[in-house]
Amino acid sequence: MTASFNAELLKLRKRPATWILLGVVLGLTQLFGYWLPYSSWLTSDQNFQTQGLNPQAVLAGTLPGELVPTSLGGFPVFAGALALILGALAAGSEYGWGTLQTALTQRPTRLAVYGGKLLALAASTLAIVAAVFAVNAAVAGAIATVESRALDYPSVADLARGIGSGWLILGMWAGLGALLGFAFRGVALPIGLGVVWVLGVENLVSAVAGSLLTSLQPLRDVLPGVNAGSLVWALAPGGGSTGEAPPGVTDAVAGGRATVGLALYVIAFAAAGATLVRRRDVA
Amino acid sequence: MGEQLVETRELSKTYGNVRAVDRVSLTVWRGEVYGFLGPNGAGKTTTLRMLAGLVTPTGGVATVHGDRPGSPRALARTGVLIEAPRFYPYLSGRDNLRVVARYAGVGDRRVEEALETVDLAGRGDDRYAGYSLGMKQRLGVAAALLKDPELLILDEPTNGLDPAGMRDMRALLRDLGGRGHTVLLSSHLLGEVQQLCDRVGVISGGRLLAESTVDDLLGQTGLLVRAEPAEKAREVLEHLAGAGNVAVADGSFRLRTGPEQAGRVSRALADADVTLTELRPLERSLEEVFLEMTETERMGR
Repeated sequence: MTASFNAELLKLRKRPATWILLGVVLGLTQLFGYWLPYSSWLTSDQNFQTQGLNPQAVLAGTLPGELVPTSLGGFPVFAGALALILGALAAGSEYGWGTLQTALTQRPTRLAVYGGKLLALAASTLAIVAAVFAVNAAVAGAIATVESRALDYPSVADLARGIGSGWLILGMWAGLGALLGFAFRGVALPIGLGVVWVLGVENLVSAVAGSLLTSLQPLRDVLPGVNAGSLVWALAPGGGSTGEAPPGVTDAVAGGRATVGLALYVIAFAAAGATLVRRRDVA
Repeated sequence: MGEQLVETRELSKTYGNVRAVDRVSLTVWRGEVYGFLGPNGAGKTTTLRMLAGLVTPTGGVATVHGDRPGSPRALARTGVLIEAPRFYPYLSGRDNLRVVARYAGVGDRRVEEALETVDLAGRGDDRYAGYSLGMKQRLGVAAALLKDPELLILDEPTNGLDPAGMRDMRALLRDLGGRGHTVLLSSHLLGEVQQLCDRVGVISGGRLLAESTVDDLLGQTGLLVRAEPAEKAREVLEHLAGAGNVAVADGSFRLRTGPEQAGRVSRALADADVTLTELRPLERSLEEVFLEMTETERMGR
């Protein structure tokens, strides 16, 4: 599997789409986690009185102490969707270009090729999470310095918990993307369906279960996005110092259950993908 | 005949109600260049896919290097190029081979050697998406050669090549055969197969119609004779070979007899005071044999 992992890493590393997705994740995290809140803080005289928000709480969200919740705030929604796209691209493109045939006629078994791909996706999503935390830490430190606030970063344990949670969330969505890519043997349909699911269906089910049809709550509580949002909530209940939880971050499920739920999804997606890769003919 | 590198017994593949490959039994021996011939849709590519482990047979058995097709041990000693080359368009030719080398577990040094072999070293850093059809095909062959495999399975390797490229590819395949590589080659270009292959298998409608050496498949169909005066020559030839074995076409005679009879024919004509202007064996081309076989099979269906 090491051989396949090395091959997959080379492909992902050299693929422009990987870097574009990383750039979009970093850009959106910066935009919604730091630039917009800090801009609002800088112009608080015009903004906050009318919105009823506490300017100090908004500034606190951009400081090093809130690095974990601010970094993970977008993971249940846009970062998850982007990870799903990465997974769908990595798997589905092999069919679009016919390159799965090239990989499968070298030396590794089908499962080794598949396992190498999943490991490479896991490494890539970990790198994305690490990059988000690194850039955010630098920006939070800069804001703290400019605002003469303490450089009070989270403990190593909290950081590790945050990075691990982010990795689990992105890994789960990337795994779903890869499964859809293998299932539909292409890129367009998996990305379309996946994004509709992440951004549309999950939110609709959550909204309906939360207000109109509470009997749907058991179904809502097993949705992957809801578990991802619940894991982020568990790290910063109530949205942290800002008191405003980002979209998709919810207290629907306890943190421990959400972690187990996400891990089960990762295993289920990986197993389903392995079954498809192992059994189907490659034309 | 030596060691069997590829063997199939009653190998079959059915898609729904369509039997793409129907009980094909063939053998490829170590060191030979084996031509796999058939019209479009005959089942060639499906058979080769089964031998590469990409498609699971629905019947029969196949072994490659004595192992199950697609097993790591079989793949480690087999280079494969089936249909069109398949590579990553955003990578350069060299990086594509590096990816394949990592899968195959061979070092990057082999990448450079393979690029040299197919004359792509100078264009190795160009993006694959910008390659011409011929360059893509050559890169596909380079990828198949990366492992320095004992067996090469090549499906239409000259597709997209210009005449010079086809000549180079023939030379490469001849060289590989000469160096002890075993090549299983499918091609539409029958002249190419006739030049390159030791043995051929002819498939049509999913069934293997024949498997033999090229010489045996072509057979010796008779003698062509031109002589003057024609009437006298005809009498002599009919007396010699029997009236039913002499045909006249384009001012020449075609005798249904073996080439070893050429001396007798020559002497008989000379004794009868007939001037012999041409005497040679009648050879059918592989194309003629192939079309005859596949047409007969098609009419029989």
